[in-house]
Amino acid sequence: MTAGTSSGAAVVTLPTDTQILITREFDAPKHLVYRAWTTPELIKRWWGAERGDVTAVEVDLRVGGRWRYVTVTHDGFEFAFSGEYREIVPDERLVSTEVYEEMPEHEALNTLTLTEHDGRTTLTVLVEHDSKESRDGHLNSGMEAGMQDALSLLERVAVSLR
Amino acid sequence: MATTADAFNAVAEARRRQILDVLATGERGVNDLVALLGLPQPLVSKHLRVLREVGLVEVREQGRERLYRLNAEALRPISDWVKNYERLWTQRLDRLDAVLQELKELQEPTGTEQGHDSRNE
Repeated sequence: MTAGTSSGAAVVTLPTDTQILITREFDAPKHLVYRAWTTPELIKRWWGAERGDVTAVEVDLRVGGRWRYVTVTHDGFEFAFSGEYREIVPDERLVSTEVYEEMPEHEALNTLTLTEHDGRTTLTVLVEHDSKESRDGHLNSGMEAGMQDALSLLERVAVSLR
Repeated sequence: MATTADAFNAVAEARRRQILDVLATGERGVNDLVALLGLPQPLVSKHLRVLREVGLVEVREQGRERLYRLNAEALRPISDWVKNYERLWTQRLDRLDAVLQELKELQEPTGTEQGHDSRNE
């Protein structure tokens, strides 16, 4: 339904009350995206975004293996995300659990999907929580509850707000 | 009562989202909305009242008809909420993109795509 995502910005939608879907296209073949997604020294270069430096990355890339990323923000706050790999289809699909270690009771299930067309790759990450509260907390804690999928609407309307 | 006091709660109701979806395509009268949504008129009116109260919908009189339209600006808090998260992922994937371009260059034999050998940085 999302019309041709172009590379540039990640598109975030909320398909259901408990899901977050992130989509973006890259001008690169999927095996390179997969490599950048799963290689520790490469993960360190992109995962921290502008929030801080990724100081430690552990990747045990096999079903049942663990992953853990530690980030230190520019003002010195250290936080870690970690989880377990559940399903691995090299270059195509990676399912793993994820917790923010400060809130280990809120575990999410992340599904990375890579689809290649003409050398370009569409990346999607589906983040699934077991409850809406947990999902909303993941998005941004402290926000008003009560929102379901407003995004079919927002996708249309957000254009006029930009 | 206070549960619909803001845009977040107002759009949590599926039928109100349907109404907003229709209004996103243009201004409509109640009768149009009733016909398009297949819902009883009192229900549509009730939802329109809630949407007006939180500013998501505006109304004007035209002759004997009241026309409703979407006020997209009232959706901004919801949009901002998601955009914070979107911003994080945009930054993250911008960086991933930079890594990918580097990997591509390392992998491709050099010289295949050079139109000009310009180094104008």
